[in-house]
Amino acid sequence: MKYLDEYRDGELTRKLLKEIEATVTRHWKIMEVCGGQTHAIIKSGLDQLLPPKIDLVHGPGCPVCVTPLELIDKAIALAARPEIIFTSYGDMLRVPGSERDLFSVKASGGDVRIVYSPLDALKIARDNPHKTVVFFGIGFETTAPANAMAVMQAKTQGIQNFAMLVSHVTVPPAITAIMESPHVKVNGFLAAGHVCTVMGYWEYYPLVEKYHVPVVVMGFEPVDIARALLMCVKQLEEGRAEVENAYARSALKEGNQSAQNIIKQVFEPCDRAWRGIGVIPNSGYRLRGPFQGYDAELRFPEIQTITPQESSVCISGLVLQGVKKPNECPAFGTECTPQTPLGATMVSSEGACAAYYQYGRYTMSMQERELTK
Amino acid sequence: MTDQLNLSSWTCPLPLRNYPTIVMGHGSGGKLMNDLIRHMFMPLLDNDTLSQLGDSAVLDFFPDSDTPARLAFSTDSFVVSPLIFPGGDIGELAVNGTINDLAMSGAQPLFLSAGFILEEGLPMEMLGEITTSFAAACQAAGVQMVTGDTKVVNKGHGDGLYINTTGIGLIPADVAIAPKNARVGDAIIVSGTIGDHGMAIMSVREGLEFETRIVSDTAPLHELVEVMLAASPEIHCLRDATRGGLAAALNELASASEVGFTFEEGKVPVQPAVRAACEMLGMDPYYVANEGKLIAIVDGGVAEEVLAAMHSHPLGQEAALIGQVVADHPGMVISKTSIGGSRVVDLPAGELLPRIC
Repeated sequence: MKYLDEYRDGELTRKLLKEIEATVTRHWKIMEVCGGQTHAIIKSGLDQLLPPKIDLVHGPGCPVCVTPLELIDKAIALAARPEIIFTSYGDMLRVPGSERDLFSVKASGGDVRIVYSPLDALKIARDNPHKTVVFFGIGFETTAPANAMAVMQAKTQGIQNFAMLVSHVTVPPAITAIMESPHVKVNGFLAAGHVCTVMGYWEYYPLVEKYHVPVVVMGFEPVDIARALLMCVKQLEEGRAEVENAYARSALKEGNQSAQNIIKQVFEPCDRAWRGIGVIPNSGYRLRGPFQGYDAELRFPEIQTITPQESSVCISGLVLQGVKKPNECPAFGTECTPQTPLGATMVSSEGACAAYYQYGRYTMSMQERELTK
Repeated sequence: MTDQLNLSSWTCPLPLRNYPTIVMGHGSGGKLMNDLIRHMFMPLLDNDTLSQLGDSAVLDFFPDSDTPARLAFSTDSFVVSPLIFPGGDIGELAVNGTINDLAMSGAQPLFLSAGFILEEGLPMEMLGEITTSFAAACQAAGVQMVTGDTKVVNKGHGDGLYINTTGIGLIPADVAIAPKNARVGDAIIVSGTIGDHGMAIMSVREGLEFETRIVSDTAPLHELVEVMLAASPEIHCLRDATRGGLAAALNELASASEVGFTFEEGKVPVQPAVRAACEMLGMDPYYVANEGKLIAIVDGGVAEEVLAAMHSHPLGQEAALIGQVVADHPGMVISKTSIGGSRVVDLPAGELLPRIC
């Protein structure tokens, strides 16, 4: 595939990895923020090819992982109602709520549909005027413009039977929270290229200055990742802390203005709870006043009383912040597996625990083999 | 800011270990379906033939006589939506699907039964079109449908039309193909491009259009198997890579044979349009369904001959040797990535889900 295969080139990636190895002299903990990048790293096996001095930490950028249990339970409550068609991005369906997941709701007769775009949900609303269509509006700044567009169109077209259960989160406040946390020692950040494509990367300059930590905007293919890592390691080794862009073919400093405009028109910043991390001030979006009629939590106020408490075995909060590795959890691989997840990081295919589980199974079986040889 | 971040307060939901009802994932060809088979059906219905878990059952008749006979016996139900899709329809699929299950034992398919479950309101014209295609597929494959059943269900209780087919085939005397027969040193061959059927269905359901139209690969594979067996009898396992795709087929064989599989990502044939569609929809072609592709585990020494024979057949022109059977990591499938890393290619968990990011 043109414009894709070039960035998956094995030779070029290995060359960059060699350069990283030649550059690194000290131990560095570097966090890739985005779940899509974690997925790409695991899928290409890039993590195993890094020098041992580089500790890659999988950050809180998987929207599936950080959507709070409360919102999942609210989604499940709405999806179970006969007058509602509940629409969602696919991988949210498997995340367990307090008692069940959206698949189970569907099995008990709930109308739950996977859509690729909130505009599809809007179309379903137009086609089913006697039902209310609720869209689960989750994600980072990447899904925000399309979600904003759906609400905007619903309003301008006068579509009343559409509502959004909003759980939007934003990246820069999460980085701030991680840097402010006394437990966390992340030396450098690899910023999510698609978030920067929408928002630009001007927001990171104050962070770099305040915390003296390098931020490198990174793409999603092996060459992109290796190059961004190299730039980050170079900064660290040279004692620099700057914002650099290793994804210039897509991300500009100022970002996409029209996308930002529609976000601003429809959403306003608010405090948001992150699953595993807690409430981070100003780290999310909610619908602005003129659009609040489309807010599912206001439309169905009875769901606001749903406030589940989570039990305490799982440490995925610490995992998401890079404080602990998944295999340091007592439940890891025993009580908690991808089939029987205790936390969202084990549910999502890009969740750090699920990735560790798969790779760990392999390395452990290889070690056993070595021992019996 | 620091005060508000209480890391130790992080909590988790109760584990969702078992579904009290059937969910769609139980039919996905992945782990959930495996669980259902192993924990519900197998304990209640177990016998030596069933426990082989082959694509078809292998039945020995008169084993001690001068004329022993081995039959392959298999059943499959077809619930595809839409009923007519690019490259085929449910009629053709129902014939080829069962033929392929028989062929995976090395059998020559002979007879089919068919159960048609019709939903009230199905247009007669569409049923005619599908039955015509069913008949054509039987004729093309040289099998006869010799018994059938028709049922009609109320509107809203079926998806237009479901078809079940059951097939019987005869296995030649010298053929010993079974899921547990893979050995260390064997070669792993895939008969052509993967993911075509699943993406053809997805592209219709999602209304996606590409420069090249993706069409289903539905095809009967018994002749290809015949050609392969003629090249060498050292074919140890065959698997029809349907639901769950290449990943499920490889995992099932690796675990049945208690060996490890290793394959190279770059050697797996995938059509550019299928790859592009998978990229767009956030799916992995390894997990996407095929309806005319097989995985063969053959003796390493005869791999090239088998491959050459496959290339001579229209359904095996893009066949490729993708990897080896190894003693390491028994029961696991490892893919070597293009940059020199490796990853575990596991059974799919449940339904294939598009990723959000």
